[in-house]
Amino acid sequence: MTTINSSRRTPQKMMAENGALAGLLVLAVAIAIMQPAFLSAQNLLNVGVQAAVIAIMAFGMTFVVVAGGIDLSVGSIAALAAMVGALTAGPVGLVVGALCGLVNGALISYGKLPPFIATLAMLSVARGLTLVFSGGQPHETDALVTFLGSNLAPSLPLPLLLMLAFFGVTGLILTRTNLGRRMYAIGGNEEAAKLSGIDVRKQKLWIYALSGLFAAAAGLVLAGRLGSAGPQAAVGYELDAIAAVVIGGASLSGGVGRATGTLVGALVLAVLRNGLNLLQVPPFWQQVVIGAVIALAALLDSLRRR
Amino acid sequence: MKTLITARGITKQFGTTRALDGVDLDINAGEVHVLLGENGAGKSTLVKVLAGIHSHDEGTIEGKASLAVIHQELALVPELSVAENLFLNRLPKKFGFVDRAEMRRRAPKLLERVGLNVDPNAKVKDLGIAQQQMIEIARALDKNAGVLILDEPTAVLTDTETDRLLEIMAQLRENGVGLVFITHHLDEIQRIADRITVLRDGRSVGVLGPKATTQHMIELMVGRPIEEQYPRARKRPGQPLLRISNFTRRGVFRDINIEVRAGEVVGVAGLVGAGRTEVARAAFGVDDYDYGTVEVDGKPLPRNNVQAAIKAGLGLVPEDRKGQGLVLTASVGQNLELATLANRDSKRLTDIAGKLRIKGRVDQPVKELSGGNQQKVVIGKWLLADPKVLILDEPTRGVDVGAKVEIYELINRMTAQGRAVLLVSSDLPEVIGMSDRVVVMAHGRVAGELPKGATQDQVMALAVQEISA
Repeated sequence: MTTINSSRRTPQKMMAENGALAGLLVLAVAIAIMQPAFLSAQNLLNVGVQAAVIAIMAFGMTFVVVAGGIDLSVGSIAALAAMVGALTAGPVGLVVGALCGLVNGALISYGKLPPFIATLAMLSVARGLTLVFSGGQPHETDALVTFLGSNLAPSLPLPLLLMLAFFGVTGLILTRTNLGRRMYAIGGNEEAAKLSGIDVRKQKLWIYALSGLFAAAAGLVLAGRLGSAGPQAAVGYELDAIAAVVIGGASLSGGVGRATGTLVGALVLAVLRNGLNLLQVPPFWQQVVIGAVIALAALLDSLRRR
Repeated sequence: MKTLITARGITKQFGTTRALDGVDLDINAGEVHVLLGENGAGKSTLVKVLAGIHSHDEGTIEGKASLAVIHQELALVPELSVAENLFLNRLPKKFGFVDRAEMRRRAPKLLERVGLNVDPNAKVKDLGIAQQQMIEIARALDKNAGVLILDEPTAVLTDTETDRLLEIMAQLRENGVGLVFITHHLDEIQRIADRITVLRDGRSVGVLGPKATTQHMIELMVGRPIEEQYPRARKRPGQPLLRISNFTRRGVFRDINIEVRAGEVVGVAGLVGAGRTEVARAAFGVDDYDYGTVEVDGKPLPRNNVQAAIKAGLGLVPEDRKGQGLVLTASVGQNLELATLANRDSKRLTDIAGKLRIKGRVDQPVKELSGGNQQKVVIGKWLLADPKVLILDEPTRGVDVGAKVEIYELINRMTAQGRAVLLVSSDLPEVIGMSDRVVVMAHGRVAGELPKGATQDQVMALAVQEISA
């Protein structure tokens, strides 16, 4: 769990610690039995690509949730970043995303707004700006952004590699940086963190900025895959990102959460969607099943913790 | 004498640890039965088994008396009124709605039984902690509890409030209620106990009568003789390390002047609400103040800046261990490194954990540790930051005797190394026994300063004095 953890983690222990991983395997096996095509290399790569956008967004969300907050604006920030990226250049989109996150952080730290309210406001503002800038039309992405959604080689999709890269960065930030260690302290007990000399307000600024940045990256990957940035892109993605973090075992009351958990959580959602498609479950029913699985995952986790 | 509850051979296993191991306990009508033991000895587990919160693995519990438990964490609804809290769950009804008139009529009678004079319509959150506790007791009495279990009720009370509680307990005893009383304060035990069951490591190691000596109780509890309860090793103090001058926050504290020199322990005594914690927090930069200065080793600190205070060499062990001192979701090691993230080094963490004799692994969740060991983690966090001055706010509250002495020895080690300690404490024998000087606060002012060897009476005389503003 930490850099000072002396005991080695065995696979069995990991499974016991992370109910989501066990769930993911059970889910994959069940789908594979019902529809062997699930296991084809092409399909598995597809699942990875489908998971990538939500996963990158959810990694940013992990920082926020570990620090005891929530970020409802990531879907809108993703769309805004992609739109700005399409109208100007990709990197500008990243900057805009990080700036939106900074504004969230400032409202929460210095304006003392609850994260739910501050980011709910940003959800609306960023979506509105996306619509304003787009004029209601989708815009084609430039070569750089399109490249993000492409395949490096026939069976080497770049979104998948980006997901893994962000996974690595997230793990590093959470476990090996002061900012990461402080996230756990702030989420676990903000007062104790403050009394230990942690500048909680400044840290929150960075935490929400990171979430905004990750959301923007997710937005660019999404636009790259589609070849265009749409005004209604990534609507409701924030809920998937939160679901991925929670399925991964993070606690919405803060102080608990890991990069591996979030990756597994995002994969659970992607495998489930992919499997339901392969099994030709009607889309309306898919929503019902996904909701049930989220509740089930959270229930199992809460049972395990008792 | 009528026995209300007879428990025999109670055994309770949690995973691999045996929390209770064949404990016998009789609760008699009209008797105060004290459960004594260090943190982790099994007192709370025993109470929970008796109350039916935990099931026991072996043994028998007989008796039909209804039983009420007053836990340390109070079970009141802060936003509801006193009367509503008293009748929570069984509010008087009329036509299916709450009968407020009936409630208001019955509430004062109940409050009177515990000698509490508050408005039944007041919100519970506006009352002091002692009054809240009385409301819980009144509620338990209304349910006609034959047995009342009080789990460390005096830990959060001032001396006068404690006196009042002990009076009420004596009165309940007269009325034939069987009382089980858990406390770490040995003087309270001597005042009220009829019988004392001492627990150690989940076993009952002895049943004592009301005349038991403090020494005897401690030895049974700790399992080894303790030479001295307050082993203060004094030395000649050096240059001033902490100087608080003309420190004022309107309506909270005024004109506070305190100086602590290298190698010195200065105690801060006073009643709860005298402004001691507020001074400590403002000096450390957590809260703002209006006038005055704080200097650490000659350098003035900027106001409202915890980071600068730490950098200058100040540390604060706050009064509320769980609420302010620890990140309960994190491990021992993560808590130790909290104040010194910049130079993280797992070997130093293991070292300090060993030096402090923290019973627990570095990667163990801190919430699994006993109160005393948790407090050692909070102190260890600051020792790693290598402070010149450490402010300790109620460092031994809810800590058992053995761990208390270990914390005192830590204080000695710090002063021996030339650090300064400001010891804020409501435990009079402790603040007198461990300090080189005692500053007494009353109503937000320094009421006086006493040299070492002051008596409790002298301290109290200053603490309760009225100061004209």
